[in-house]
Amino acid sequence: MKLVVLAGTPGSGKTSVLLHTIKALMRNEKRPAVVKVDCLWTDDDQRFKRLDIPVHVGLAKDMCPDHFTIYNTEEMLRWAEVEGADVLLSETAGLCLRCAPYPDECLAVCVIDVTTGPNTPLKVGPLLTTADIVVMTKGDLVSQAEREVFRERVLEVNPGCNIVEANGLTGKGAFELAEMIGSGPDAGDNMLLRYNPPLAICSLCTGENRVARKHHMGVLRNLDGFMEYKGE
Amino acid sequence: MIGVNMSEIMNLTIMGGVNKEGADEPIRSVEISSGEIVGIVGPTGSGKSTLIDDIEQLAQGDTPTGRTILVNGEKPDANIRVDPRKKLVAQLSQNMHFLADMTVEEFLQMHARSRGKDASLVSRVIELTNTLTGEPIAPYHHLTALSGGQSRSLMTADIAVISDSPVVLIDEVENAGIKKQEALQLLAGEGKIVVVVTHDPVLALMSSRRIVIRNGGMVDIISTSQEEQDVCCKISEVDNWLMSLRETIRRGDIVGEVA
Ligand SMILES: Nc1nc2c(ncn2[C@@H]2O[C@H](COP(=O)(O)OP(=O)(O)OP(=O)(O)O)[C@@H](O)[C@H]2O)c(=O)[nH]1
Ligand SMILES: Nc1ncnc2c1ncn2[C@@H]1O[C@H](COP(=O)(O)OP(=O)(O)OP(=O)(O)O)[C@@H](O)[C@H]1O
Ligand SMILES: [Mg+2]
Ligand SMILES: [Mg+2]
Ligand SMILES: [Zn+2]
Ligand SMILES: [Zn+2]
Repeated sequence: MKLVVLAGTPGSGKTSVLLHTIKALMRNEKRPAVVKVDCLWTDDDQRFKRLDIPVHVGLAKDMCPDHFTIYNTEEMLRWAEVEGADVLLSETAGLCLRCAPYPDECLAVCVIDVTTGPNTPLKVGPLLTTADIVVMTKGDLVSQAEREVFRERVLEVNPGCNIVEANGLTGKGAFELAEMIGSGPDAGDNMLLRYNPPLAICSLCTGENRVARKHHMGVLRNLDGFMEYKGE
Repeated sequence: MIGVNMSEIMNLTIMGGVNKEGADEPIRSVEISSGEIVGIVGPTGSGKSTLIDDIEQLAQGDTPTGRTILVNGEKPDANIRVDPRKKLVAQLSQNMHFLADMTVEEFLQMHARSRGKDASLVSRVIELTNTLTGEPIAPYHHLTALSGGQSRSLMTADIAVISDSPVVLIDEVENAGIKKQEALQLLAGEGKIVVVVTHDPVLALMSSRRIVIRNGGMVDIISTSQEEQDVCCKISEVDNWLMSLRETIRRGDIVGEVA
């Protein structure tokens, strides 16, 4: 089973690009299945179902959606196996820019919207810097120069990545992406995360909801950047 | 300034695909040689921009039109399709505004770097921009604060200097309120392949041939006849007169009598 983890900020065009890519995969005789993880709600499953492929939704609710994705990866792979798929496409919610839900043995794809401006690649963090493929969307809305500057910024933070310039409306780039997925790695049994999730474990994580400082314990960071351990 | 690939590219071939209905477009192939200016004409929404997008991407049957673009009669290498340092194509698209939140100088420096060019070109770009636009722009101006005409002038000068490529695609340079004939001359350079989408009779007739688009497909190719070239000379006189009137009015001066 090949595993593709597709991450990117909300509305960057993940589903639009995937829809075209799935069609290209099916033309290449692949059998894709999709899992969409979101926080509270999504209608992406309705869009995927129109392609007549196995679709599963996971809602993370009060858990970090990336932690949820990581925790459930094994179960997703098992489900895709039962559905008779040979490629599992996992579309994440991409809200938490501190986490990057990419295991080592997967094809890690970061979808990024060029209209957000060339400073965005500097802000996205591990989601972008640890990806194998960076898909730049919505290039139809900016000039060629702006696309090239954006590309340069992506390469500054992730020099080794493959960049695909895609268009979620016309399907540009989907063929290329499908080819790369076809030659991507198989998911293993002992996968490791590429990037450490946040270290901090504090009283907020365990349900403390009073704002005042005196109620908090754990590994905490001050506004000035200083990190400390408060507690026993 | 001559780019590395300039001498290597002799011609481009557009192999026909399908129109909006999915039927084969009537024109099956068009070859364009270096030094030629080709126009693209057709009603709004007919697919003119789509055709130049196909050329920009060096489409290989992988766009909705199914067209294939050949370079010197051959399928181009994958990396010249994407790597800006090897790119053959510079494109002035219909977009009139920048979205990047940067100063003009920062942006041009980054663009020069992405194209593997020297940052010293930046001042040339700004100088050229200011020959096309009314109110001058400065290096410290924010891109997003430029007017439509200023952005368009900057995009034009950027293409002439930084993106300097053997193939130049221009989408409707006439609508930006900038000096269109100067802009075309600047972009066309020498020995380049130039493709211009236009609704403007002067620009259309300045090209040696024009491709007619209808319903998403290439339906005809018209060579500019001697008669049309004569017409072109006449209308460009009228056009220059209109331009000078426009300048007079822009300056806030009074328009004199018709000579
Ligand atoms: N102009 C343009 N619009 C695009 C492109 N790709 C996607 N869109 C539009 O962007 C919007 C969001 O696209 P989606 O594919 O739903 O984005 P997403 O990343 O899956 O969104 P979430 O799953 O909600 O995080 C839609 O309105 C798309 O039509 C593109 O290349 N160009
Ligand atoms: N061969 C084709 N097959 C499918 N769709 C097409 C084809 N050609 C054009 N289209 C679609 O038609 C629409 C209009 O095309 P386009 O923007 O290229 O028109 P245009 O001639 O540049 O118009 P304008 O003069 O307004 O700039 C687009 O949505 C485009 O995707
Ligand atoms: Mg989605
Ligand atoms: Mg157009
Ligand atoms: Zn997180
Ligand atoms: Zn916590």
